[in-house]
Amino acid sequence: MAIGELSGYQMGQATRDAFGDALAELGDEFPNVVTVDGDVGNSTRTEPFALKYPDRAFNVGIAESNMVSVAGGLAGAGKTPVVASFACFLMCNAFDQIRMSAAFPNLNVKLVGSHAGISIGEDGPSQMGIEDVALGCSLPGVAVIVPADATTAKKATRAMLEHKGPTYLRLGRPKVPAIHNDSVDFQIGKSIQIREGSDATIIANGLMVAIAADAAKKLEADGLSVRVIDMHTVKPLDRAAVEKAARETGAIVVAEEHMHHGGLGSVVAQAVTETHPVPVGFVDVGDVYAESGDPMGLLEKYGLTADKVAQTVKTTVARKG
Amino acid sequence: GHLRLDPKNPTDPDRDRFILSKGHAVPVLYAAMAERGYFTVEETMSLRKLGSVFEGHPNMRRMPGIEASTGSLGQGLSLGIGQALGVRIDGRNSRVFVMIGDGEMGEGQVWEAIATAAKYKLDNLVAIIDQNGYQQTGATKDVLDLKPFAEKIEPFGWHTQTINGNKLEEVLPALDKAVAEKGRPSVIVSLTQKGFGMLPVLEAEGDTNYHGKPLSSKLAEKALALLE
Repeated sequence: MAIGELSGYQMGQATRDAFGDALAELGDEFPNVVTVDGDVGNSTRTEPFALKYPDRAFNVGIAESNMVSVAGGLAGAGKTPVVASFACFLMCNAFDQIRMSAAFPNLNVKLVGSHAGISIGEDGPSQMGIEDVALGCSLPGVAVIVPADATTAKKATRAMLEHKGPTYLRLGRPKVPAIHNDSVDFQIGKSIQIREGSDATIIANGLMVAIAADAAKKLEADGLSVRVIDMHTVKPLDRAAVEKAARETGAIVVAEEHMHHGGLGSVVAQAVTETHPVPVGFVDVGDVYAESGDPMGLLEKYGLTADKVAQTVKTTVARKG
Repeated sequence: GHLRLDPKNPTDPDRDRFILSKGHAVPVLYAAMAERGYFTVEETMSLRKLGSVFEGHPNMRRMPGIEASTGSLGQGLSLGIGQALGVRIDGRNSRVFVMIGDGEMGEGQVWEAIATAAKYKLDNLVAIIDQNGYQQTGATKDVLDLKPFAEKIEPFGWHTQTINGNKLEEVLPALDKAVAEKGRPSVIVSLTQKGFGMLPVLEAEGDTNYHGKPLSSKLAEKALALLE
């Protein structure tokens, strides 16, 4: 069964494709936007913008450090640079440049990392960004956004350009189910509840939102009423929604396509502990590097499935005081 | 001066930019900015003290007129490229000057930037390499010898000059030539001597290597007397 099928979702665009379309569409409305690429624009999907606005697109070659600092300089000159690469190469290779040329000076640099998570598949672990959210969240003042579907990826692209200050937008490679309608209200730092429930809450982002919805559907058959929240912004976290979920449902499971430490799970657990402590369970990649393989097979092997989320909800609910 | 800027309007989009990539030399930049009228010399005396905006390395967030927050070596030339591209898109005549240390040239990012500036034919960009021959633990020629800089950078597509950076009569014409160069970026390799101007005092003490350490107050008094 395909991801999201149980929840009645149709398969939609990949978030990277939606971003690429949105960026090219917004070029006239945001005349200060420029792109800086490390020669992977046909993968990150900055290419449509670069073809439409060749004078505003800079491919600096396979040199991520230089790429990020050039973006910092463009921001210093009043531009809104969108600097894109694979999530792992952007955040890991150029982390010091992100720190010194974007975050610390609080420059209006828009970081975009594609090919996040293990669902990129066959290219294998060297290409999988699984540490990127933790790295992004560690930087003061950087907003970290992980859209779940094409509709919110487009809205996130606009929100990122309107936002003043550095942002990190995390995108995926494969096609993902269409979860949200065009009318959805997307704001940085404001989560979207996609399903009501009273026994537990699954807080997810990216690809895991559709999987979380499927898990909630499965749990319905077991008599459990489960809330599902699309926590598309990891930082600044929608702490009010987390506290409300803790108070009203008494158990929380966090699901993300990221390593165990430092991602959505960590920030939600901090918020729960500080507001209304309840049991929290985690579904994530763990503390390992994955391997090469087909995306669905990888998600299955590394436990990013509706069954695993449902099972984790049950064990977490069982820990309620 | 070669920098066309107004201390009273430090965010003027048409200003020239100076980026100190070797951020550890920022006390010299503060002194120059004081001379130019950004603040008084008296104000700079709070250097490195808690609460002072005169931090140990440049912090553009806290000090208008500072064009880049540096201190992690290797990033200034790339930042300069971004500034140079940005002002060029807008059709401004602003020029961008970046000062880099010779030890800093060991950072691979600088060479990425050298190639990129040439690709975009950034003739509004001038790099100055301060070749003083010393870095943290010793002589640059012993740590990682990357000389000769001009001969290595020229084939990337840069205009190059090598001068005695302690002689103002060589510095000023080199800057004139650098900004006049069309169609390619320009680098000035500036051969300098640490402590120039107070060398007799240092030599008398038998130690002329003052990299990252202040003079004792006794030596500072002697050096100041010599400079005046």
